[in-house]
Amino acid sequence: MEKSMKINFRLNKTLRSNIITYGIVIAAYIIVQLLVNAGQVSNLMKGLLVPICIYTIMAISLNLTVGILGELSLGHAGFMCVGAFSSALFSISMLEAIPNAGIRFFFAILIGAFFAALAGIVVGIPVLRLRGDYLAIVTLAFGEIIKNVINVVYIGKDASGLHFSTKNAMALNMAKEGTVIINGAQGITGTPKNSTFTIGVILILITLVIVLNLIHSRSGRAIMSVRDNRIAAESIGINITKYKLMAFTISAALAGVAGVLYSHNLSALTATQKNFGYNQSIMILVFVVLGGIGNIRGSMIAAVLLTLLPELLRGLNTYRMLIYAIILIVMMIFNWSPKLIDLRKRYFHKNRAEKERA
Amino acid sequence: MMSFISYFINGLSLGSVYAIIALGYTMVYGIAKMLNFAHGDVIMIGGYVVFTVVSTMGLGPVAGILLAVILCTVLGVVIEGVAYRPLRMASPLAVLITAIGVSYLLQNIALLVFGSNPKSFTSVVTVPSLKLLQGKLIISGETIVTIISCIIIMIGLTMFIKKTRAGQAMLAVSEDKGAAQLMGINVDGTIALTFAIGSALAAVAGALLCSAYPTLTPYTGSMPGIKAFVAAVFGGIGSIPGAFIGGLLLGVIENLSKAYISSQLSDAIVFGVLIVVLLVKPTGILGKKINEKV
Amino acid sequence: MALLEIDNLGISFGGLRAVDNFSITIEKGQLYGLIGPNGAGKTTIFNLLTGVYKPNTGTILLDGENITGKKTVDINRAGIARTFQNIRLFKELTVLDNVKTGLHNAYSYGTVTGILRLPKYFKVEKEMDERAIELLKVFGLDEEKDILASNLPYGKQRKLEIARALATGPKLLLLDEPAAGMNPNETTELMDTIRFVRDNFDMTILLIEHDMKLVSGICERLTVLNFGQVLTQGKTADVLNDPEVIKAYLGE
Repeated sequence: MEKSMKINFRLNKTLRSNIITYGIVIAAYIIVQLLVNAGQVSNLMKGLLVPICIYTIMAISLNLTVGILGELSLGHAGFMCVGAFSSALFSISMLEAIPNAGIRFFFAILIGAFFAALAGIVVGIPVLRLRGDYLAIVTLAFGEIIKNVINVVYIGKDASGLHFSTKNAMALNMAKEGTVIINGAQGITGTPKNSTFTIGVILILITLVIVLNLIHSRSGRAIMSVRDNRIAAESIGINITKYKLMAFTISAALAGVAGVLYSHNLSALTATQKNFGYNQSIMILVFVVLGGIGNIRGSMIAAVLLTLLPELLRGLNTYRMLIYAIILIVMMIFNWSPKLIDLRKRYFHKNRAEKERA
Repeated sequence: MMSFISYFINGLSLGSVYAIIALGYTMVYGIAKMLNFAHGDVIMIGGYVVFTVVSTMGLGPVAGILLAVILCTVLGVVIEGVAYRPLRMASPLAVLITAIGVSYLLQNIALLVFGSNPKSFTSVVTVPSLKLLQGKLIISGETIVTIISCIIIMIGLTMFIKKTRAGQAMLAVSEDKGAAQLMGINVDGTIALTFAIGSALAAVAGALLCSAYPTLTPYTGSMPGIKAFVAAVFGGIGSIPGAFIGGLLLGVIENLSKAYISSQLSDAIVFGVLIVVLLVKPTGILGKKINEKV
Repeated sequence: MALLEIDNLGISFGGLRAVDNFSITIEKGQLYGLIGPNGAGKTTIFNLLTGVYKPNTGTILLDGENITGKKTVDINRAGIARTFQNIRLFKELTVLDNVKTGLHNAYSYGTVTGILRLPKYFKVEKEMDERAIELLKVFGLDEEKDILASNLPYGKQRKLEIARALATGPKLLLLDEPAAGMNPNETTELMDTIRFVRDNFDMTILLIEHDMKLVSGICERLTVLNFGQVLTQGKTADVLNDPEVIKAYLGE
């Protein structure tokens, strides 16, 4: 009786922490909806609601790779790109075949996740054999390759099906009524705007369920054991490649879902350095590090705050990115410098000791 | 055939710039064991300094380069001391993110001071172009100067490391920081010197890069910085000859791809080659195999 | 049939012959010690046995099965588990989770089952918890099961590493300097624990040790390694009194 009570309590502690995380999301959703309905939210802020969901999902999924698997990925935006384009291609092709937006978007999400997962496997197999900095630079390389390749892809549709070319729209050889869907560097126009804040929040909750449940399961322990000590993990019979690939692929699939939200939130989708290049991947990495590596709730909060921050600082427009950069540097040094951490501990203990003596 | 040689030589020129930048990257990585993500942006600052001195102040290119080297050296040492040194004992990821912050900082300072409009850069090279084979092959002055500068820097750096005490100290710190300190080597000073040299090289690279590709924006240094880092990894990170070879190879591959395959895909091809090389030789062309002790 | 039969095992690193003509036979249930001066090649032998290195020569038979040159993961499945000279725990996991990862192959359910929290997840997790706590109790670590492994004191970290190795259900347990860094009391406790494990888990144990109190106290047979080669082997008392062995350790 004693033993099983102890076990139940332990499960509850983890469960409690997770419930708090879900609670924060649901509470935030309710509060925002109330504010929107009361007309208290500006158009600018309304436009940020879906992006916040997108970057939250990106941050949580990247933390799965960086914090739980323990590998540095600088190409996460590449998976978002795959998800965005594959789902947009699907949605536009199926506009007539599946007129119901809800059902079509649901499938678009599955398609985006699927192709991003596929990309995750294709990238993961060679990449995960490398170590540390080499792995990081190769993930960056893959991210750039994905972005560049999509810029030379032309896909069109006519009565006889889909046509594909890497030269230009003419080479698609389509009948007159055919439409070009992916127009090389001009990307995709006309994706139905199916993304909503509600759907975004639901996807965040699903992402959380997947990641948190994965972490607190047998596979999660295996993944973390690979992170903490690869050699020891091997010595107790854990298949390193399988679990590295598992974490990487799930992470990529979730980034793909974020990509679907992204592509269905704009009328014109292009792959540029700014939205799918290494700059974007790095931005997400900053969210993850500031929120705490391995801290899923932290990534969520950091993603929200850091997406809002540049907008909130709009008043100081010319200086805002400068301030952002300075805040980043100061926060990093303050939180991670071993000397400052020691100083803080000693100061804290000194105060504690004095309070106890008083 | 002529056009191939021409593309190839231009590729060598581009590669030389990458090599100079990569040398800085690889030195800092090998000795301070960190990825200085802001390196590309120091190049950009170097470019702007030369631009200001030459175009705005009207002084000669020599003054421009000199001032750029001095300023960038100081900048590099200051950045190391203020932003990186406090995190030297922390996780490598922490320093990487801080370096990213420094990169943003430099880009935004340049943005504030110079604006986002591309500046037209006057080449610092006054050497005339070389006309070979009855005018069928033209090698620009910039190309000649860049390639020669790169060779001189490579030789100079290798001699410095082999023949001077400071250079040997750098080698020691790159092998084992703790042991070097116990041997009485001033680790802080050595690392500062590494950043100084790397940043000076960045200034030179900036001047040469902008001479060959004469538009300058606050984001000019970013992609070359990444490519140079790729080159350093390609050649074996921490290896000076590796950075040299990696840089040159990268420049040639990029230029040939632009010429013969597609200018849009040239980046993808460069990155693709990197991936293939690392799959075959995971520590880069000249990299050392690191065996983990069990 | 002996549990472990190694014949003419050897490996070279570059020009250095690190292990040469190493042969040993260990019977089921034995407490066997591998001793020798520093740098003799003892850990290298463990690494050869567990697939970290591939030998150049020789064969390794575990319970009749040829495991020479196999991968670490497969060797563990075949029945060898080990601890390391420098403790290799999963630092960011709790004490309980460290042992539960050891149970990874003994108790399984699919990843999807875990994510969807199907009933099998709860059933198997409960079984794993119970088994893991049982193991922790043997080492007196069950009270600290929710503490992060990195927060345990050194002596307990060593015990946790052994517990985790045991969780994989091996036939042969390799302990690499288990008493390193322990004081005499801790060493005595460790000796009792090792004997308990051998007696109650149907275990055969091969250990590397420098602590002669432990070696003479629990090992039944010894092999002495010097410069990668077997110097002598046999009953503990005989080996420890052999003048050649004393010379190898103390020099002339």
